Amino acid sequence: MEEYEIPERLRYTREHEWARLEENRIIVGVTDYAQRELGDIVFVELPAAGTAVEAGEPFGVIESVKAVSDLYAPVTGEIVEVNSGLVERPEAVNEDCYGDGWLVAVGVESSDEYEALLDAEAYRQHLAETKR
Amino acid sequence: MSALRETPLADTHRRLGARMVEFAGFSMPVQYSSILDEHAAVRKSAGLFDVSHMGQIHLTGPGAVASAERLLTRPVGDMRPGRVRYALLCNEDGGVVDDVTIYRLSDDALFLCVNASNIEKDYRWVVRHARADAQVRDRSDETALIALQGPASAAVIEPLTPLALPRLRRYRCAQSEVAGVPALISRTGYTGADGFELYVDAARAVALFEALLEAGAPRGVRPAGLGARDTLRLEAALPLYGHELDDTTSPLEAGLDRFVALESDGFLGAEAIRRRRAAGHPRQLVGFELEERGIARTDYPIQHAGEPVGRVTSGGPSPTLGTSIGLGYVPPSLAGTGTRFEIAIRGRPVRARVVETPFVRTVDRARPDSSPRA
Repeated sequence: MEEYEIPERLRYTREHEWARLEENRIIVGVTDYAQRELGDIVFVELPAAGTAVEAGEPFGVIESVKAVSDLYAPVTGEIVEVNSGLVERPEAVNEDCYGDGWLVAVGVESSDEYEALLDAEAYRQHLAETKR
Repeated sequence: MSALRETPLADTHRRLGARMVEFAGFSMPVQYSSILDEHAAVRKSAGLFDVSHMGQIHLTGPGAVASAERLLTRPVGDMRPGRVRYALLCNEDGGVVDDVTIYRLSDDALFLCVNASNIEKDYRWVVRHARADAQVRDRSDETALIALQGPASAAVIEPLTPLALPRLRRYRCAQSEVAGVPALISRTGYTGADGFELYVDAARAVALFEALLEAGAPRGVRPAGLGARDTLRLEAALPLYGHELDDTTSPLEAGLDRFVALESDGFLGAEAIRRRRAAGHPRQLVGFELEERGIARTDYPIQHAGEPVGRVTSGGPSPTLGTSIGLGYVPPSLAGTGTRFEIAIRGRPVRARVVETPFVRTVDRARPDSSPRA
């Protein structure tokens, strides 16, 4: 199996988003596996700040040269910040999916949903099953 | 679903790390590294494509040329051996059975290079309409097709062949050898770039592909997949069967007028094509560019003044232009260059403007014997 970067400090969804808790907000992006599967990212459509998102529901769209894919919210909350740099440089998702290629920050009242997401080990297992 | 077919180069693709996808019943490489990198290689240097999924239907015998003239929208009798011509197979209603490339091999032998998705349909169609004194043979399985496309193509092949390559002009072909492999060398392609398509025996495909990769490496030649093939042909505004063309579309609606000898009565569909033109086409294929961010995808609605007026047939980013482009059918009243309409992207109208095609001009300027596809 190909080796994918799966940082230990993050949480994950089965749809290949990552989440990172920062005080009362959750930073969201797509995983190394997702960006490699998608290929060259050419467009990212994200909701405006203030939009409510629901855990497990699509909140935006990411497009590669060939395909359109939904982005799924890892937690329920309100968008408090959007990575506006992706408008000009969507390729940042390919280049640095856990850093400059982050997508949105979701404001949350509790960390319960975040704690319930997959940890790195569980996501690694999920990937192994996906790839089999 | 039945098992996917493979081309003779399947192992080579795997070794090169290709991502494989299903296309027209074949397992084909969609990309090796990055579609954008492979696209850039073709525009700046050259890309090496396995297009062995495409079909070759041979017509031989005293009735071969007459049969082809009955089947195809352009004359064949005036083609000298070594000439290549793009044309359509049309049905009695003037719809497109397939878009093909005709190769005139000798006085009584020629073949059609056809789309992979249409091989069986075309074969049945040709058999049904060929004269009794013509033999029809589907040689798709025994034939591999390797395309080297891009400005560096000639320089890569030249040291590998005894053929005087500079004398082989666009839309000409010649039987020779490349890297010791007997090949029909054709100066054609489907990328809008200069390039060659090499028809070889399936058993020799791996040797030829690897020799070209090695010879091209110093010039930045890289293997390229169907993903780049699609972005390249879209920039060149070349139709793709199943998108811009189908059994109901008149070639004139698709803007292929120069590949239809309308004054001729001799080919299937001629009368219907003329009748449909006289009645007025309800739609016309146009090229458009988005004026806002977004990507127009196949089947997205085209709307004007809030009303649906057509559909996108192909769309995507243009890596060369850095814009978002597409092809689609609209009423003739909205087909003029500069006309504005909207593409409904996930329900949101995004402004678009009709532009001249091809979007990117490299070779294949509009001249009588050039072709939008091979």
